[in-house]
Amino acid sequence: MKSSRRRFLKFVGLSAAGVVGSTGVTRTVRAVSEHEPPASQGKRWAMVIDLRKFSKDDALIDKIISACNTAHNIPDFSDDPKNEVKWIWTEDFETAFHSQEFHFIREDLKDKPTLLLCNHCDNPPCTRVCPTEATWKRESDGVVMMDWHRCIGCRYCVVACPYGSRSFNWKNPRTASNLANPPSTYPTRMRGVVEKCTFCDERLARGQQPACVEACSNDEMVFGDLNDPGSKVRQILAEHLAIRRKPELGTQPEIYYIVEDPRTLQEVAPAVEVFEEEGGHA
Amino acid sequence: MYDASKIVAGLAVFAVLATSPLWFNALSNASPAAPALQLPTNGSTECVEATDYMRTSHMALLNRWRDEVVRDDIRTYTSELSGKSYTMSLTGTCLDCHSDKEKFCDACHTYSAVDPYCWDCHVIPEEAK
Repeated sequence: MKSSRRRFLKFVGLSAAGVVGSTGVTRTVRAVSEHEPPASQGKRWAMVIDLRKFSKDDALIDKIISACNTAHNIPDFSDDPKNEVKWIWTEDFETAFHSQEFHFIREDLKDKPTLLLCNHCDNPPCTRVCPTEATWKRESDGVVMMDWHRCIGCRYCVVACPYGSRSFNWKNPRTASNLANPPSTYPTRMRGVVEKCTFCDERLARGQQPACVEACSNDEMVFGDLNDPGSKVRQILAEHLAIRRKPELGTQPEIYYIVEDPRTLQEVAPAVEVFEEEGGHA
Repeated sequence: MYDASKIVAGLAVFAVLATSPLWFNALSNASPAAPALQLPTNGSTECVEATDYMRTSHMALLNRWRDEVVRDDIRTYTSELSGKSYTMSLTGTCLDCHSDKEKFCDACHTYSAVDPYCWDCHVIPEEAK
């Protein structure tokens, strides 16, 4: 009797270990295979931000941020960072890209204001943790959407987002002084709801560009479809070296940043240029 | 039954008290007349669907609009009444005709003591700049 119970318990233990182990393995495999380039079906909206075209204390940055704030009735609680709601904002370059470990960085780059917004990741961690599907990745074009009707304010997504792109409404947005008379007819959010940039899905539906991109005058920010090889974003990405925030996390962010002048890159990789020129002469 | 008179009297008092709201309403004429809604002032004569349907089921329609716009990115609604197309927008389409929220939405909602939370977030055009 004793030995058979012992055998039974061993069997159960081993089976349990086997089940746990095998799911662990499949999880890992899945996690790797999910970090693929964008699927070829449908659109894949992405944005390129050309940092070369921004300078310190650039009036354009304020113009871009206020275009977004106005279009989306974003409450101004900037007096208390805890309450702050931001869809697009700036950090110093070195802070924004701290995981890239740019040591001994050029002085003008170090504190260069860098526009940050929701990265609309291909593999967004925020949507996985949402218990109500109030945030999800739109299959048709890759926008990480928000349904403010459905958000219960658990803030899992705020924790999950590695880019700090999500803000929680600690206060009723309508109590903000700038929303006493909302500047646009875009719905405000309410207290207890998480919000973030939605790539201006309401403008995309009308065939317009996002408000921040429209505020630019010289392609400082370019918006387009990554799945279209002829799109402007694809052209820019083909011609320049662009970096993304925290690529090591495998979230596949879709906001690309151009940091350097292309001439510098040609110096780094001259072989390609020389080869093409020789081919042209022959 | 002991103390029958006291018990019966007590029950009678209880019955009167328990049903007093009904008596009060029946005798005092306290219920106001059904609210008069302001019809569109922009010359529009038909809603997206039949009036009876809108009266009873506008909330279901609005929920459907909400889900289709937000979740499925479908922005246009085709009326089953007239076949016309409408942009599914509370602020943009509904309030375009029913421009005075207080005399339209609130009139009924106050009367029937319901408190929808649409306007916690959605903007009433006149309060926007």
